[in-house]
Amino acid sequence: MSPSAKVLAVAVTCAIVAGLVFGCAEEGTRPSAAQTPEAIVADHMAQWKARNPDRANPWVEEEKQRHKIQPSADNADVLKGEQAAGQTYGNYTQRDVLVWARETEKLVVEGSRIFHNAGRLGGTVGVSCDMCHPDAANTHPETYPKFQPQMGRVALLRDMINWCIQHPVRGKALAPDSPEMRALEAYIVAQRKGEKLDYGKH
Amino acid sequence: MSSRHKSVETRYLEERQRVFGSLKNLDRRSFLKVSAAALAAAAANGLVPPASFMPVSVAHGAPEATDAPAFRFAYISDSHLYAKDLNDRFARALMRAVDDVNNLAPQPDFVFYGGDLAQLGQSHELDLGAQILKNLKAPLKIMVGEHDWYLDMGAKWRSLFGEPTYSWDHKGVHFVVLMSVVEKDFWTARGLTPMQRMQTVAGLDNGVQSSFMVGPEQRAWLEKDLAKLPNNAPLIVFSHSPLYKLYKNWNFWTDDADEVQAILKRFDRVVVIHGHTHQLLTNRIGNIHFHGLLSTAWPWPYAPQGMPELTIQMSRPDPFNPNDGCGDGEVHVHADGLVDKIYNLWNRNPITVAKGYTESGGKKCVPPKPNRPGY
Repeated sequence: MSPSAKVLAVAVTCAIVAGLVFGCAEEGTRPSAAQTPEAIVADHMAQWKARNPDRANPWVEEEKQRHKIQPSADNADVLKGEQAAGQTYGNYTQRDVLVWARETEKLVVEGSRIFHNAGRLGGTVGVSCDMCHPDAANTHPETYPKFQPQMGRVALLRDMINWCIQHPVRGKALAPDSPEMRALEAYIVAQRKGEKLDYGKH
Repeated sequence: MSSRHKSVETRYLEERQRVFGSLKNLDRRSFLKVSAAALAAAAANGLVPPASFMPVSVAHGAPEATDAPAFRFAYISDSHLYAKDLNDRFARALMRAVDDVNNLAPQPDFVFYGGDLAQLGQSHELDLGAQILKNLKAPLKIMVGEHDWYLDMGAKWRSLFGEPTYSWDHKGVHFVVLMSVVEKDFWTARGLTPMQRMQTVAGLDNGVQSSFMVGPEQRAWLEKDLAKLPNNAPLIVFSHSPLYKLYKNWNFWTDDADEVQAILKRFDRVVVIHGHTHQLLTNRIGNIHFHGLLSTAWPWPYAPQGMPELTIQMSRPDPFNPNDGCGDGEVHVHADGLVDKIYNLWNRNPITVAKGYTESGGKKCVPPKPNRPGY
């Protein structure tokens, strides 16, 4: 292969890879320079979804339509003022803030899906958490740890979640670090946003 | 489900009710007689407290109090039945409520069922409910709930119980049952299957569904049905959802509540009794007095906003007792149409929200306040 052919081959490969990764190879679909980063991301995502309708799975959007999810904290403030160059902490971009919000929300939304689904809780009697706790009401995660006289020991939120899964839901207790338990804790805590922490409260 | 055999608890309860029923009507002389009999019984047992209530009969001498109700009916509501082999707890709870009502002596004039007999509106769930309710000794009046309706849009429920909107007169009181859980079509555009539609409606906190309403057709029917009544007629209206706007997110709400209330406005007093909220709930809007019903399946938490001032909240249920916060009850109807509403909580003392409480705007006959707050 001649050097010029090699250069051409590399260029074509790069173009294909770029097209696959960014999905905006065609002329005319490139975002304009005036767009915000969020708009550019949303634009790219919309184009990718349009081309891959069978691969797009809008489970986060669908669950947010079904069930109210409290938004995570707004971290726009960390972008204000002087950035500490060369340091991990205090040197954030808008992209960081977006990733935090999106990833945190995903875990919380996944928790909501499990919370509202007897099958995914491993229940055997058709009972899911929301049947007693709509919008995670009366779960009061802000009061744990506390001594549960009915258990005879100090319980964490996850102990109470497992108690509910074993008794009213009649399923098997989740491992404390299982993806389901992590998601359930995330959803329950998120729904009590703004409540004062008051551990031990009965 | 056979009524031939009575459990130990049922027999104990019957005995207990007989004793308390007769104690209520004691005059001084019979009281002394009972005391003597009790003393004798205690002595005969070597002063050991009796193992059971002494079934002592007494003469009924005392005259009825002047504010005695004209008649009584019992209520059961929100049983949310699954198939018996999937979930026995909910079926047992409904059987317990039927047992409670059958043990009332004297029997109530009728039993009112407040809706949500089934959890997912399936034929076998409604059949199971109908089968259990057949054991009631008193006649049954029944209302539909959203859990009974949205799988087949009421086809099965209607085949078992007839039309969901109706009225009748009983001992001078006009009773009306509304189908207040009509939802706007949210399913066609989304392409939901009947079961997906049912599951969406079955989620209390599911925001995809629409708000409940009575709708223009039933409102026109209601107006016509009430047209013949004078303004001072005693009137009791049943609706599954509360006929006022409490908390939209959980459909503790009826979208056209204002329009329905306007139809009821000309009456001197109206009582509205609703299911759906699974809790002690009391409200008054002008001439309309509202009472909630207990569920046999599970209690709901109180709505985070919009609580009516008259409501004395029950303290939060104990999750370690599956019956706590659940129950059934009675309604004592007075001649003027107002009611004493009795919440028969299975794990707590019964609570009476007397006619005088809503009549006086919460100043008189205040029910006992719970000792524990909710979250």
